[in-house]
Amino acid sequence: MNRDLNGATHPLGSTTITEDVGIHDDGVDVTSRHFTINFGPQHPAAHGVLRLILELEGEEILRCDPHVGLLHRGTEKLIEYKTYLQALPYFDRLDYCSMMINEQAYSLAVEKLLNIEVPIRAKFIRTMFAEITRIMNHCMSVMSHIMDVGALTPFLWMFEEREKLIEFYERVSGARMHAAYVRPGGVSLDIPRGLLEDIHIWATQFGQRMDEAEELITGNRIWKGRTVDVGRVTAKEALDWGFSGVMLRGSGVNWDLRKVQPYDAYEYVDFDVPVGSKGDCYDRYLCRMEEMRQSLRIIHQCINKMPPGPVRVDDLKISPPRRAHMKENMEALIHHFKLYSEGFSVPPGETYTVVEAPKGEFGVHLVSDGSNRPYRCKIRAPGFVHLSGLDFMAKGHFIPDVVTMIGTMDIVFGEVDR
Amino acid sequence: MLRNVIRAAAVPRVQTRVALPSMARSFHVSSRSQTQNTNDYRANREKFPEDDLSTRYTPGRGPSVLDTASQTLLLTELIRGMWVVLESFFRPPYTLMYPFEKGALSPRFRGEHALRRYPSGEERCIACKLCEAICPAQAITIEAEPREDGSRRTTRYDIDMTKCIYCGFCQEACPVDAIVEGPNYEYATETHEELLYNKEKLLANGDKWEVELARNLEADHLYR
Repeated sequence: MNRDLNGATHPLGSTTITEDVGIHDDGVDVTSRHFTINFGPQHPAAHGVLRLILELEGEEILRCDPHVGLLHRGTEKLIEYKTYLQALPYFDRLDYCSMMINEQAYSLAVEKLLNIEVPIRAKFIRTMFAEITRIMNHCMSVMSHIMDVGALTPFLWMFEEREKLIEFYERVSGARMHAAYVRPGGVSLDIPRGLLEDIHIWATQFGQRMDEAEELITGNRIWKGRTVDVGRVTAKEALDWGFSGVMLRGSGVNWDLRKVQPYDAYEYVDFDVPVGSKGDCYDRYLCRMEEMRQSLRIIHQCINKMPPGPVRVDDLKISPPRRAHMKENMEALIHHFKLYSEGFSVPPGETYTVVEAPKGEFGVHLVSDGSNRPYRCKIRAPGFVHLSGLDFMAKGHFIPDVVTMIGTMDIVFGEVDR
Repeated sequence: MLRNVIRAAAVPRVQTRVALPSMARSFHVSSRSQTQNTNDYRANREKFPEDDLSTRYTPGRGPSVLDTASQTLLLTELIRGMWVVLESFFRPPYTLMYPFEKGALSPRFRGEHALRRYPSGEERCIACKLCEAICPAQAITIEAEPREDGSRRTTRYDIDMTKCIYCGFCQEACPVDAIVEGPNYEYATETHEELLYNKEKLLANGDKWEVELARNLEADHLYR
């Protein structure tokens, strides 16, 4: 038997933590404190700069306090000092995994205030690239989720596919990530010749790549062991906390903005919305995988239905003239100069426009005072809302499950911190 | 050329398998029947009291005990997964050996900036300052005054490449195709100062890349 400083005896070899347990001088029993650890902001599984304060009892989580703001850049304020066109690149940099969908949300908001309708070809191009973006985002989020849980291989496979999609981005817009392609009034340039064909070739083989990844993951007992019953959210909780996207559908609520209030060309395409039943991480994983397949369906339909015609609204007060026109026509040149210096003015008004981003409901609340700059631009980022629910989701789980839950919420700090 | 690259990369590979029986295609079956009771945490037990062990394996729902047992003991799903991994091990790699091999770029690629000249050698930029006005990052600084021959030209044209966000608005705004974003993306430097480009550097870029720049503008002129 060992004898410690207080004179108590312990079995030989046992460890005592004297720091947290003890008797005060006045005889009050001080029970053990909860252990508090810092998760992040430099943790590789924290998906960026998330800092979590975890209060633990043993390994069980009692409280989980997300600290955000480490990537705050003041986007909303900066937008107030830019013209409507100049504000567009900021949206690429919000959720930097689904660039064009953010642009689409902003463009739709501006178009709503301008009260214009973009040409049908632009709608189809936007829809097609929104779905390409969705697949890109899910390739990133699901596979890095799997990687956080411990499997590297599917991550590498899907990143090969993501690289091809990034190449499509590059061909259509000139940039691999920050496209600045979807503009108020349409898209910046028409899709180059041959791109649709290549997207079609890519889309015909992508299903097989998904089959491979699913063969490896979906039935895998380790993956199921880590995700089934982890981070369960009831439908009521999901609605109460303002969840959207897969976080809501995984819990069994059939709510997809592409179906509920179709924007752009979603009313012309046919697709299904996967809905989970249990609301755990495994259901959400299945939903995301199925969403990728549905996106593939939409891409195929967009390619087949892609109508000819202009890609920008035919209004020189909003969209710049074609270059050849601008060089020959004085009036077009004047419009070009006005648009690229002063920008276009938007009638006074207010709109909250939402799109179904891969992460959930991405909304832009735009207030215009009639000038050429937004008076206010509030961005509703789905990741921020989901992160606020981490506390109730993580309660009672273990530390590795927090990693699973961050993965399943698909947090990107560009949009959470804005 | 780019299209060929993509096509080569996107050629469908050998199709081998169908879906695993235990793979959930339908979403409403992903719950009880499949669930192996792995994470029975206090949280779940409190929140979902109906969800305990006795109700989870209802007879007649889901795979039989024999199926489940044989799958568990024979590691079927793991072996099938490993087979896919083995298959892809023997496939040609997608990797580009970067400094020696490079990916193809489209004519629209937005890389390092350059100031172009006319074939006569006269610089194109007329100091209209549209690029300076549109630049969302305010990375461009221009000063101008009339030259001796009376033509309007810049005396200073600076781009802070560390501020630039490569949105391409400057080349869209330019009415004379003077400022362009070229195909070069390999201009990393060791110091910040080297990335503060002035007019000489930009014109030198234009001279160096003129062939590619002109070709890219030509290739894309139908769309712009």
